[in-house]
Amino acid sequence: MTTPVLELKNLTVDIPTRFGTLRPVDDVSWSIDAGEILGVVGESGAGKSMTGNAVIGLLDSPAHISGGQVLLEGERIDRLKLSDMRRIRGKRIGMVFQDPLTSLNPLLTIGEQLSETILRHLDVSNAEADARAIRGLDEVGIPSAKNRMGAYPHEFSGGMRQRVVIALALCAEPTLLIADEPTTALDVSVQAQITALLKRLCRERGMAAMLVTHDMGVIAETADRVAVMYAGRLAEIGPVSQIVGQPRHPYTDGLMASTPAASAGQARLRQIPGAMPRLGKLPDGCAFHPRCPFVQDKCRHDPGPKVGIADDRAACWFPLDAQEDVA
Amino acid sequence: MTGLVSIKGLTRVFDVSKPWLNRMIERLPKRMLTAVSDVSFDIPAKTTYALVGESGSGKSTIGKMVVGLLRPTEGNVEIDGIDLVTETDPAIIDRIRTDIQMIFQDPFASLNPRWRVRDIITEPVSARGGNIDGLAEKLLVQVGLAEEDAGKYPHQFSGGQRQRLCVARALASEPKLIVCDEPTSALDVSVQAQVLNLMSDLKEDHGLTYLFISHDLTVVRHMADTIGVLYLGRLVEEASPTSLFNEPAHPYTAMLIDAAPRLDAFGREVEPPEGEIPDPTDPPSGCAFHPRCPLATDICKAERPKLTPHGAGRVACHHAGQVRLKGAA
Repeated sequence: MTTPVLELKNLTVDIPTRFGTLRPVDDVSWSIDAGEILGVVGESGAGKSMTGNAVIGLLDSPAHISGGQVLLEGERIDRLKLSDMRRIRGKRIGMVFQDPLTSLNPLLTIGEQLSETILRHLDVSNAEADARAIRGLDEVGIPSAKNRMGAYPHEFSGGMRQRVVIALALCAEPTLLIADEPTTALDVSVQAQITALLKRLCRERGMAAMLVTHDMGVIAETADRVAVMYAGRLAEIGPVSQIVGQPRHPYTDGLMASTPAASAGQARLRQIPGAMPRLGKLPDGCAFHPRCPFVQDKCRHDPGPKVGIADDRAACWFPLDAQEDVA
Repeated sequence: MTGLVSIKGLTRVFDVSKPWLNRMIERLPKRMLTAVSDVSFDIPAKTTYALVGESGSGKSTIGKMVVGLLRPTEGNVEIDGIDLVTETDPAIIDRIRTDIQMIFQDPFASLNPRWRVRDIITEPVSARGGNIDGLAEKLLVQVGLAEEDAGKYPHQFSGGQRQRLCVARALASEPKLIVCDEPTSALDVSVQAQVLNLMSDLKEDHGLTYLFISHDLTVVRHMADTIGVLYLGRLVEEASPTSLFNEPAHPYTAMLIDAAPRLDAFGREVEPPEGEIPDPTDPPSGCAFHPRCPLATDICKAERPKLTPHGAGRVACHHAGQVRLKGAA
């Protein structure tokens, strides 16, 4: 078996506070193979962005990795020195954030920003860096790329800016791309363009991608596999068709059913009662049990079974496929 | 039959020129942005009319003009037969104003953090000297919160609960019309479902009329009785959700529906739409959609299509009804 591009082993992130330690990421394990897009979904506060930030070593103090491992192509990167991590960030891991305007420097032309990144990570001449920058812009679908090299970020529309950010993330040819809500700030038609672009680039370059989003529709269309997070824990992971079509964790099921698209033509949306618990006040046992329609005694004391590296598992004592008769 | 709300020829132009001195020195012309251009529609009482469109399509501007936060440049907004733009009798204006309320997108920005929930919710009534005994408690229960919550401050509530507070405040003056500007865009899906269900229930119980503004087609499909699609400040199509989603008559509507991500479409390979919404200060000639339209012909470049009846709805397109959905399987 080949080494996965990214492997998380029991990753745990802690934030020490005056009122005790919060755990925004709790024992999360998964892997992403080359050319694969792993979608990470969850509601706000589920720990999905925290997981992404832990992978690239951008946790804001006092948050820190308190347990587990992050392996990039089989090599541990969670214990690296800051200077070593800087060499990996941008070169081997590309990043795309939600807001394309704040990810670009408004005072530099996009050509300068691209060549700077290329020169920092690759051993090439200035002219070669410029040529690569133009190729990069071409690849993400910016028309007349050569003429736009001297343009400033404010001269681009939101969708075009996000393309520039993607070109920037990809210019050093990383093996892993982490995209944190890349289309949330964009209109639907532009969102469709950007997700199609991400899919094409992953396929063509054999790049692994971790796509963090709260939009089930985007996940359903873009991801190959999906990880569902709830209150910092991995609730379920599996191929996209299964997560969307036959979810086994009651939370996944509720999440899918509560999207308006899923219940087109019905008078009422199915809703999950209550809200996600705050990190400081996690209930005992399975974190989802106070909202779960199938809760049983065991769920109130025992946290759900662990979801390991191996695929296709739900962190639920009574997964939905095993209790058809109950529903 | 005219509805509760009747909007005719509504137009709003914003002056987005540089400051006067810059214009003089740099010899620049004035720049005008037509945010809303000749929009007309009716909202029958006790129905939900949804406006959808991408950013810059003018949907929020229309909402603000309906509640009277902005004055239209041209056209008028009639509510219950009274035109708020030209009406001068303060008593009548005041009466109509109590009939309109608004729910905003961001529940964190639209509640005063220094006020107790009781004061926030009852303000629409207390500001007019009405009786507020037990009003906050009654409304809190109606929106699914507890009576004790009246003494709390907004920061003690989660996003979804705050949006419930906004709904309670909107209900306080017993309005007929509630303008909801992206009411669930800031919320998570499971919470969004709760708020949307609550809004549907309240509509039944109180006989409310909603003007529902959203960019999310799936939400609109769920909530609306009639959907109006806006592009660059113009109403391009108006139809019931069923006919709009099954047989869109305007190519822009078809493009939006194709572009919207679908849950059942994993691995779907659809050509993404081309281009972006054009600069509103310099809109294309004729039909504003023609540079991106697969059906565009010469007439589309020359002549702006009028909104004409098409089936049960209305559409503004020279080639109405010729589009096909790509994703239709």
